[in-house]
Amino acid sequence: MEIIKAQNVNFYYGSFHALKNISMDIEEKSVVAFIGPSGCGKSTFLRLFNRMNDLIPKTRLEGQILINGQNIYGKNVQVDQLRKEVGMVFQRPNPFPKSIYENVAYGLKVNGIKDPNVIEERVVESLKGAALWEEVKDKLKKSAYALSGGQQQRLCIARAMAVSPQILLMDEPASALDPISTSKIEELIRELKKQVTIVIVTHNMQQASRVSDRTAFFYMGEMVEYGRTKDIFTNPEKEATQNYITGRFG
Amino acid sequence: MKKILEKFVKYLLTASGFITSFIILLIIFFLFSEGAGLFKNHIIDDGYVLALNKNNPVNTLSAKQVKGIFDEDITNWKEAGGKNEPIQVFRLNDLLSMYPEEELGSEYEHAGSKIKEAILQNEGIIAFVPKSLLTDTENIKTIPDQTIPVKDVLAGTEWFPTATPSPLFGILPLLSGTLWVSFFAILIALPFGLCVSIYMSEIASDKIRNILKPIIELLNGIPSVVYGFFGLIVIVPFLQELFNLPVGESGLAGSIVLAIMALPTIVTVAEDAMRNCPRSLREASLALGANKWQTIYKVVIPSSMSGITSGVVLGIGRAVGETMAVLMVTGNAAVMPTSILEPLRTIPATIAAELGEAPTGEAHYQSLFLLGVILFFITLFINLSVEYISSRKK
Repeated sequence: MEIIKAQNVNFYYGSFHALKNISMDIEEKSVVAFIGPSGCGKSTFLRLFNRMNDLIPKTRLEGQILINGQNIYGKNVQVDQLRKEVGMVFQRPNPFPKSIYENVAYGLKVNGIKDPNVIEERVVESLKGAALWEEVKDKLKKSAYALSGGQQQRLCIARAMAVSPQILLMDEPASALDPISTSKIEELIRELKKQVTIVIVTHNMQQASRVSDRTAFFYMGEMVEYGRTKDIFTNPEKEATQNYITGRFG
Repeated sequence: MKKILEKFVKYLLTASGFITSFIILLIIFFLFSEGAGLFKNHIIDDGYVLALNKNNPVNTLSAKQVKGIFDEDITNWKEAGGKNEPIQVFRLNDLLSMYPEEELGSEYEHAGSKIKEAILQNEGIIAFVPKSLLTDTENIKTIPDQTIPVKDVLAGTEWFPTATPSPLFGILPLLSGTLWVSFFAILIALPFGLCVSIYMSEIASDKIRNILKPIIELLNGIPSVVYGFFGLIVIVPFLQELFNLPVGESGLAGSIVLAIMALPTIVTVAEDAMRNCPRSLREASLALGANKWQTIYKVVIPSSMSGITSGVVLGIGRAVGETMAVLMVTGNAAVMPTSILEPLRTIPATIAAELGEAPTGEAHYQSLFLLGVILFFITLFINLSVEYISSRKK
């Protein structure tokens, strides 16, 4: 069952044609990795799924993106409601300058949940889900900035998961982290896959092969190849994909 | 050759740094030494003496009591701790109405003895006469002269620097005038400034911001006397009409003018702080389903709080030290303010208005320097708080 359906998507920054006629289906509760050299459009494509590109002036979209069968760029779509369903984790950990507890509770509060018992329950659950609970349970009132980079990124994952999204977008979530923190995040992705659909952008091909079910290779604004991860890495159909995964460019 | 030049430049730079600091220290030292000189002055004008009949049980009088007696606010000795007897005030020119000119002598050579005679004859008398005329003080009680007490200045509620025989230098009316005007100015400027800076940093398009920002910064460049003029012509009559006041010159008029003047500082600094709120934080908030307003008041404003506070405190700093505009619109009554709708007077306005008429080196002149010292401490305190708030950011 497809949760995301992109149909003939073209995207422009001003006159720059950033995404060229991309169509793609993403299965529910699977992990899809976007790979490709810098500037190929993979992050731009990812940010279309929660309409984050709306914030950038002078951009234009053609084609449509359906989530659960509904066009998210349709007229009656409430963007904040959409973003609650489609969570996002960014390249660099970006906790708020608030306490650890408040960081996780933020999404719940802005979505109108007021009952402190419900909030506390969700905060604990999310921190456990992000494998962070044991490390922070004694310092929930401390500033999130006191955590290490890897802990901050897991906090951001907990924060995103607290509002129970259906889809989690991850924009190079481990690129600013050390190898141990990275492996923790990867482990977490395999765990979270049971609850949500994950779309992850990564520069790291080993990471893509380790965590994803399907992989899409982007090059110069086009989606060159999209298929099962195993096939892409062992037997790619296109020569460009072959060249990229063997490190001949990129 | 190059080395010599480098050394020369180095010494030149060092010297200019030292000279600048030295000059600033010198100015502060000058301010303090002149200001402290006030407390070496006596409560009664130099060269004069206050004389009483020796049967009067009163031995000392404070400056405030002396002023009350000579203003005829105190008319009976029992109010000053003496017997129930009316006070008879005697000044030098009363001598001419008491004695015909021929009795005083052609060169007034008998004036001294006649003064003594007048003092001896009236039990209720208080005479304010030159020391040189009253050389023989047998059977006459003189009020012992004392220097101006620090308490009377710092906690005094009356500012009459030109009263004779004893001027009063209570700074509280001026200090509270300054604080009142500044406080209300910030009360007005803060919500406006915050709204404008939120609008400019979060809502306005680049095009509008590029027009609006230079205009607001231009407000900083207008001379304060122009603001004062504007206040006098527009705000003062408006307030008079609105609140049905006898005079429109009031603390509130000063506050409004100051609020307009502090606005550009607040807006510029607060807007910068909010624009510097990292994009990643805004994106994090929006990605969690928060709308634009929730993002502004839950993330942008809290994370730029230190910048906003700095802007406000800098605005206060400007308001506290502002002279000309305030002088023109506050009515300048040196009384303890009871309402912001009444005329009041600020410290800078007092210095500007009175320095011209205060004789150099005398008590009045030194009291104005003391006001300068107090203003210096207020602004120093404000600047230190800005430093503290901005350093807390990390």
